[in-house]
Amino acid sequence: MREIDALKITQAVKKLCIESNCHLSSDIKERIESFCEDETWAQAKEILERIIENYNISDENNQPVCQDTGVACVFLKIGQDVHVKGDITEAVNEGVRQGYEEGYLRKSVVRDPLDRVNTGDNTPAMLYFEIVPGDKIEVTVAPKGFGSENMSKIAMLRPSDGLQGVKDFVIKSVEEAGPNPCPPIVVGVGIGGTFDKAAYLAKKALIRPVDVSNEDPFYANLEKELLQEINNLGIGPQGFGGKTTALAVNIEKYPTHIAGLPVAVNINCHVTRHGSEVI
Amino acid sequence: MAISIKTPLSRESAKKLKAGDSCLISGVIYTARDAAHKRLCELIAQGKELPLDIKDSIIYFVGPTPAKPGQAIGSAGPTTSYRMDAYSPDLIAIGQTGMIGKGKRGPEVITAMKQYGAVYFGAIGGCGALLSKCIKKAEVIAYDDLGAEAIRRLEVEDFPVIVIIDSNGNNLYETGREAYLAQKNK
Repeated sequence: MREIDALKITQAVKKLCIESNCHLSSDIKERIESFCEDETWAQAKEILERIIENYNISDENNQPVCQDTGVACVFLKIGQDVHVKGDITEAVNEGVRQGYEEGYLRKSVVRDPLDRVNTGDNTPAMLYFEIVPGDKIEVTVAPKGFGSENMSKIAMLRPSDGLQGVKDFVIKSVEEAGPNPCPPIVVGVGIGGTFDKAAYLAKKALIRPVDVSNEDPFYANLEKELLQEINNLGIGPQGFGGKTTALAVNIEKYPTHIAGLPVAVNINCHVTRHGSEVI
Repeated sequence: MAISIKTPLSRESAKKLKAGDSCLISGVIYTARDAAHKRLCELIAQGKELPLDIKDSIIYFVGPTPAKPGQAIGSAGPTTSYRMDAYSPDLIAIGQTGMIGKGKRGPEVITAMKQYGAVYFGAIGGCGALLSKCIKKAEVIAYDDLGAEAIRRLEVEDFPVIVIIDSNGNNLYETGREAYLAQKNK
């Protein structure tokens, strides 16, 4: 049994909140740059160039890439041979509190969905736990903006809807979102499980780097096919027309009930942020 | 070639702008998003005075990040505009001529824009660091308790926007996409 002080979790969360908001990961940058090169529509290309200029300014000034520094989605993979000294949830929230204050990040969380009073420190985090073998803790922070979150959708399809039903729902979701989620977008798709599990899978799909395909060749191929179809829609960067509507489609799947085919689509903007650290 | 706009933006000038026009705005604009819009419309309903000069004004839908020492403002890109659809028509009716945001608008907003002469500009969503460079001064003038959602008076220089919907209801989201697809399918 390895003992880890909860303070270590706080420190990791704080650092990742600041870093991920101010510096995009290389997989996203490379994808934007290569799609910018391939973009044929002049205005679309110009917007992609501005997007590149924007994250370069952020890198230089240590400044948030987007003013919506999001709600902090925190994924903890905790080794079953770890004992954490202290309150894990509070440790994560303290990391968010410190990171959002010291990193000059926007506080965007309200304490109650209906009375809507800002908590003032961006807590609480949206916290997901996974227990895994081993004696380490992997901390992933993925700040999530709500322009794109609001465009996300879930459907409880019938098994008879099959593959075509899944494809149609993903395309329809992207089409209906149109310019709202700040295209070019990253599309997270969760297929299977239950109502809530599908939504979780879609969110989890968004923290997989865009240059890593699903391990299953069938789903890796489906990711490619959907990306192609989405980029045939013509929505383009910011919705002003063009080829580059999406940067990637990431799918996660899970076994499901004989009667069901849940599908969730969680959309992220081009400011797709995540960072991980192993303690 | 971008069109230079100097605020305030009169109804006559707003009516001359066409969907797809690239513009650079200089002068004073105001920030407001969900919570501030709600309060402004409550004041209008009560017949009370607003905390900003709404006539010929441009409102930027934004909630910036806190400014670091030495900065006028933190990152400050547009938020999605449809959440303001319930409020914009009331503000346009009493003199607002410009909105800056991103994303689709509802028919009630477009009707008010056509009726009174107002324009909907888009700034590039997700480019908050880049756009903040065009904001030279920022001052909270109302609703400090709302934090990022407070109303700020911004002094901007050559702030880059594109006309998404003009005062005739022409919509770049429709025409831009159609033009691209027509060219692609040729």
